[in-house]
Amino acid sequence: MNLLKTLAIAAAGLVLSLGAVHAETQQNAKDISYSFEWPFGHFDREQLQRGYKVYKEVCSNCHSMQYMSFRNLSQKGGPEFTDEQVKALAATFTVKDGPNDQGEMFDRPGLPSDHFPSPFPNEQASRAANNGAYPPDLSLITKFRPGWYGTINQLINGIGGPQYVYSVLTGFVPDEQLPADVLKEKPEGKYFNPYFANGHWIGMPPPLSDDAVTYDDGTKATVDQMARDVSAFLAWTAEPKMEERKRLGFMVMVFLGILALLLYLVKKKVWADVH
Amino acid sequence: MSTAEHAETNRRDFLYIATGSVAAVGAALTAWPFINQMNPDASVLAMASVEIDLAPIAEGQQITIKWRGNPVFIRHRLAAEIEAANKVALADLKDPLARNANLPDSDPATDKNRVVGDKEQFLVMMGVCTHLGCVPIGNEGEFAVVEGNEKHGGWFCPCHGSQYDTAGRIRKGPAPENLHIPQYAYLSDTKIRIG
Amino acid sequence: MSGHASNYEPKSAFAKWFHERLPIMDMVQGQALDFPTPKNLNYWWTFGGILAVMLVVQIITGVVLAMHYTPHVSMAFQSVEGIMRDVNSGWLIRYLHSNGASMFFIAVYIHMFRGMYYGSYKAPREVLWMIGVLIYLVMMATAFMGYVLPWGQMSFWGAKVITNLFSAIPWVGDSITTLLWGGYSVDNPTLNRFFSLHYLLPFVLAGLVVLHIWALHVVGNNNPTGVSVKSPQDTIPFSPYYTVKDAFAIVVFFMFYAAWVFFSPNYLGHAINYQEANPLVTPAHIVPEWYYLPFYAILRAIPDKLGGVIAMFGSILILFALPWLDTSKVRSGTYRPIFKQFFWLFAINCVILGFAGSGAPDNYFLSHEPADPDKWALTYKLVGQICTAYYFLHFLVILPLLGLLETPKPLPASISDAVLAKSHPSTAYVPAE
Repeated sequence: MNLLKTLAIAAAGLVLSLGAVHAETQQNAKDISYSFEWPFGHFDREQLQRGYKVYKEVCSNCHSMQYMSFRNLSQKGGPEFTDEQVKALAATFTVKDGPNDQGEMFDRPGLPSDHFPSPFPNEQASRAANNGAYPPDLSLITKFRPGWYGTINQLINGIGGPQYVYSVLTGFVPDEQLPADVLKEKPEGKYFNPYFANGHWIGMPPPLSDDAVTYDDGTKATVDQMARDVSAFLAWTAEPKMEERKRLGFMVMVFLGILALLLYLVKKKVWADVH
Repeated sequence: MSTAEHAETNRRDFLYIATGSVAAVGAALTAWPFINQMNPDASVLAMASVEIDLAPIAEGQQITIKWRGNPVFIRHRLAAEIEAANKVALADLKDPLARNANLPDSDPATDKNRVVGDKEQFLVMMGVCTHLGCVPIGNEGEFAVVEGNEKHGGWFCPCHGSQYDTAGRIRKGPAPENLHIPQYAYLSDTKIRIG
Repeated sequence: MSGHASNYEPKSAFAKWFHERLPIMDMVQGQALDFPTPKNLNYWWTFGGILAVMLVVQIITGVVLAMHYTPHVSMAFQSVEGIMRDVNSGWLIRYLHSNGASMFFIAVYIHMFRGMYYGSYKAPREVLWMIGVLIYLVMMATAFMGYVLPWGQMSFWGAKVITNLFSAIPWVGDSITTLLWGGYSVDNPTLNRFFSLHYLLPFVLAGLVVLHIWALHVVGNNNPTGVSVKSPQDTIPFSPYYTVKDAFAIVVFFMFYAAWVFFSPNYLGHAINYQEANPLVTPAHIVPEWYYLPFYAILRAIPDKLGGVIAMFGSILILFALPWLDTSKVRSGTYRPIFKQFFWLFAINCVILGFAGSGAPDNYFLSHEPADPDKWALTYKLVGQICTAYYFLHFLVILPLLGLLETPKPLPASISDAVLAKSHPSTAYVPAE
């Protein structure tokens, strides 16, 4: 926690030192590294399984994940839970189904083929329950929220989506550490987070605290660990076919390389008699 | 042609053939995803199996539910229907096979083999005529059990006149096979899951 | 097409029977296989073939995507995610299509700049060039409507901003915008008609490409010397020489294409487009796809709404007049020492225009910081204005004057001579004129 505090204060200090003009500019995300970066990177199955647990026990109370189904959790290239595990964890969710013979909607335990249910029936209900804020759907968040900008920067480092999620989760600055002139601008029910994309005041209270979840594999659930795991998990939900894509891509590049070489030799042969 | 020229020609031909072959293999491999995309996608394949409570279906009553986009007939048969079906000699059947997904393909089309377990009163089958896919009409046709003005069991396909008996077996008309029995299992005494 | 007699001789009885009824093999032989082509075409000339292949790739992947896509505001975004997650190889086909659009534009820009450098628009190729500009315009319309279909935030707001351009037209502007929308805003009717047109226009493009190639085959290829073909010695048959050269170039281009598709498939798009369209919330920066950025910069450079729209469309339409704006009799930039420098200056200017269109107008150029409004600052907007002025200066002043003032270098007597001089530098040749 000490490290976290230092980081948060350093970050807050850095932002404030940039001056009033830039107060609304989003702070670049912390560039932590993940196992799935670069052309040969893979997801870490255990990390994804831990990340799922954080999503389920913490995030899913307010955030939907509507494009994901439970069955995805067992598909190749993801957390790769077994089919039995997926059945069991799907059943821990309540899904609305129907209409039944009486024409009424009814609740039943989730099945692997179900999509993740949303915690709120619609946006209005969600805002009403969250002090006017609308917790975004998390299926694609690491693809639509860049952690940093710049034409060359993003080409080399990616858009930093997972890093954005990690930085927001670990970047809260408690009120007592805020300078007085910042604190006096604090809107009701908002929290200071320099990494947040829409201004520095975020409607989400700090969602993680140490040991908020108990990992099945015995990993210690520090805030930093949980933030890393859940951001990796959300990187997978945004791009579930990433491993297949990279693997196929490697084969395609090798194939095209061979074909290009052969065609180059043929071209040289064919053109040898042209002067 | 000198030996050197000959070797040169061979090498050139080999290069051309190798390049052509690699390109052809590449084209064939590229074609596959564009064909395969038309196969059922992951969400279709994962489509939920359906669970049905049989208790509310009274004797002599039939319900139709939708499974994988097709109608499934669930009929609570009268004793007379079962009896009529059992009386038919296998030799009289147009299609002698059970067509039951829960049994081996070669099993004969006895009435017993048209249901699952010993619950002969519940006939569960695809409501899809094996001729060209229309939905047959229930309690109709020459093979229904007739009691006074009422017909019980038996199916008649309005499209091209195929007639099925009280066990859903094809008896007359252009359809080649008995109505198919989908995969299903009893979860409890009165509850089944199809798929 | 033109008068190149084909040597096609039907070999079998069936071929003869068929030939008498539809002489298509004769045309293939004469126009594709045996077509006399200058023997000195360099690799910049392979981009025509690359573009034809890219059009085919886009049509095939597009037809396949349309099998899974639902053009309705409540389901469009979801159906695209279904393609990405559930359809067999759907992610591959969609990434091929979305990155394919960028590759198409990279190739078309190289193709256009090649034409500008080597003077391929000059007599007798004016019509060939103008059909090309028309193809480019239809491409832009097609790509714009395609970008709307995933119904993300940038799809929606891009559509809203671009269709609003038409409201700048005096008197009828608002009616035209309402007509385009089919409502009071970009909504379901808009999405539906964009889908319909996005499916239609590629086939219009294919038709225009046929005209483009027809026009090419009437006048023949330009070449790096710009000197016209004078004798059969200057040419070689298209096949096998250019078929194999083009095939090699296409495969190399595919490697570049595949690198994007498989290893950075979203870089060329906008992150925010993975958030579903919300008609109530505008994203902080609305930026078009990279291939429109120079024109977007020109649009923003003019402070007046109508003026900006006129400048933007003018910057493309001016290309139709290029054959007459360039007054020089020499085609190839290779023999025009001063033009050559202005050509590169123009190319760089277009790239800077692209950057100028990418940022918030009032931020410091190439930064994300807002400029101090009270002090002079090099903002995106200012850079855009300077480069816009130079863009039009190039076409309207520099090109006409250069033709009159510049002294070109001596031209080779023929293509053959130029090729010989290159392969045997010691062989001196006598320059023409």
